Amino acid sequence: MNNENVLAVQNLTKKFGNFTAVNAITFEVKRGEIFGFLGANGAGKTTAMKMLNGLSKPTSGSGTVAGLDVIRQSEKIKERIGYMSQKFSLYEDLTVKENIRFYGGVYGLSRKRIKEKIEQILAELQLIEVASKLVKSLPLGWKQRLAFAISMVHDPIIVFMDEPTGGVDPAVRRQFWEAIYEAAKRGSTIFVTTHYMDEAEYCDRVSIMVDGKIEALDTPDNLKKQFNATSMDEVFLKLVRKIN
Amino acid sequence: MSAIKVEHISKSYNNVLAVNDINFTVEDGELFGLIGPDGAGKSTLFRILTTLLIADKGKATVAGYDVVEAYKKIRKKIGYMPGRFSLYQDLSVEENLSFFATIFGTTIEENYDLVKDIYVQIEPFKKRLAGQLSGGMKQKLALCCALIHKPEVLFLDEPTTGVDAVSRIEFWDMLQSLKKKNIAILVSTPYMDEASLCDRIALIQRGKILRIDKPQKMINDFEKPLYAIKTHETYSTLQHLKQQNFTESILPFGEYLHLVTKQKLNVEILKSHLQQNGFTITEVKKIKATIEDIFLDISKNEKSLTK
Repeated sequence: MNNENVLAVQNLTKKFGNFTAVNAITFEVKRGEIFGFLGANGAGKTTAMKMLNGLSKPTSGSGTVAGLDVIRQSEKIKERIGYMSQKFSLYEDLTVKENIRFYGGVYGLSRKRIKEKIEQILAELQLIEVASKLVKSLPLGWKQRLAFAISMVHDPIIVFMDEPTGGVDPAVRRQFWEAIYEAAKRGSTIFVTTHYMDEAEYCDRVSIMVDGKIEALDTPDNLKKQFNATSMDEVFLKLVRKIN
Repeated sequence: MSAIKVEHISKSYNNVLAVNDINFTVEDGELFGLIGPDGAGKSTLFRILTTLLIADKGKATVAGYDVVEAYKKIRKKIGYMPGRFSLYQDLSVEENLSFFATIFGTTIEENYDLVKDIYVQIEPFKKRLAGQLSGGMKQKLALCCALIHKPEVLFLDEPTTGVDAVSRIEFWDMLQSLKKKNIAILVSTPYMDEASLCDRIALIQRGKILRIDKPQKMINDFEKPLYAIKTHETYSTLQHLKQQNFTESILPFGEYLHLVTKQKLNVEILKSHLQQNGFTITEVKKIKATIEDIFLDISKNEKSLTK
């Protein structure tokens, strides 16, 4: 991790009519950081994420993601970031190889680069034997790691993950976090949303959104000290109860 | 008489064995948890016990009645909260509750005692349509509707999935008070941290029960040496420990790494071993297992046995 900001926003706000979904959020994410973006259902996480991904124009505020302006260059942002959702967005009736090739094509990689990427991903994930199998025949944990690798097929500066591990097997969840740690060690920046507070403890730093605002932001350790709590679950409870 | 008795129940869909030779009992007034991830077979088991699905093999009774032969009697004796929200979205809170009371031939007034503590929390919104409630409030309404006919046995299939941390805690508080009214409760959850709130739990994975016991007993019975390690270089420390002879398993656990070793190690020696290998270690401590540690340990052995 170094001090270069991969994401920095100031007073980012989104209003729908009279309703302020995201209320002047300001924060930065550094290169190589695993950043947890937390909040209860309806706190404004998804709306904020859409603005950071170039899918929704902010009502006011400013900032950059992957070196691009969130207001003026939102189209460009989509090319430079990776995105992975809970539903993985893999094509179940394409093979492993075809999925990699497809996403490589979508992101405009050259044929040569796509070929290299296929070899690299298959080798790293030890999927060579199942390269020609349909994705739907793979176990959940493999699909999840494949989806993660594919979200980085175009070597994005930052990867956004929307609730990536809900409901999955505890062992599979750990394989997945291991893959995230590995990617971060290689210099990728990971931005992950979750409402499972125990997942927050895997992150370098976390922010907690309540009613459209970022009400807390620090390392899990410091937040626990600040709120005199033993777990992130407790931090969350104290924060939400204090405000309501 | 046990509130629920399950003997050798199995069920397949096409060729997939969803529930594989399951046995357990739940006593009156007991809060029994089925703990396991998605696809473990929890919902299939619920549907068999609530008489909505017939098992391929085995026998089960609920409130003393056979789930196949006496299904009509069982339906009057149980309350069931399925995994998916299944109330009428376009009826109000009040209308939903009185609908469920009516189909069971009772009234809200008659059993108000039982639901009062929960219902007062949603009463300010009683005219609101159920579809417009927040997740936590929907869940409270669903629980009221499952209780309004004063059931003897309550089935709750993943009642806290997708619900935020505050509502989860409130929900478990409600279950503790229902238990005191001598209602037997079977509850399923993928959250291992909820296990300690149950009287007894069954750990379930891929259709099989791995172990049944009191959560505290499971924790006390775990004899393998277990250490928590905190470092700023999580990934490299993890990779290093994987290569060591003393390691049985090493897994990320939030801000810590959990290390299970083949024999007992001295905490200071372990710490200096890691430091000598160039890692910045902030903390090493011997810890008690959590239910999640135990689940991971048993399911790992289960996998290697079936290979």
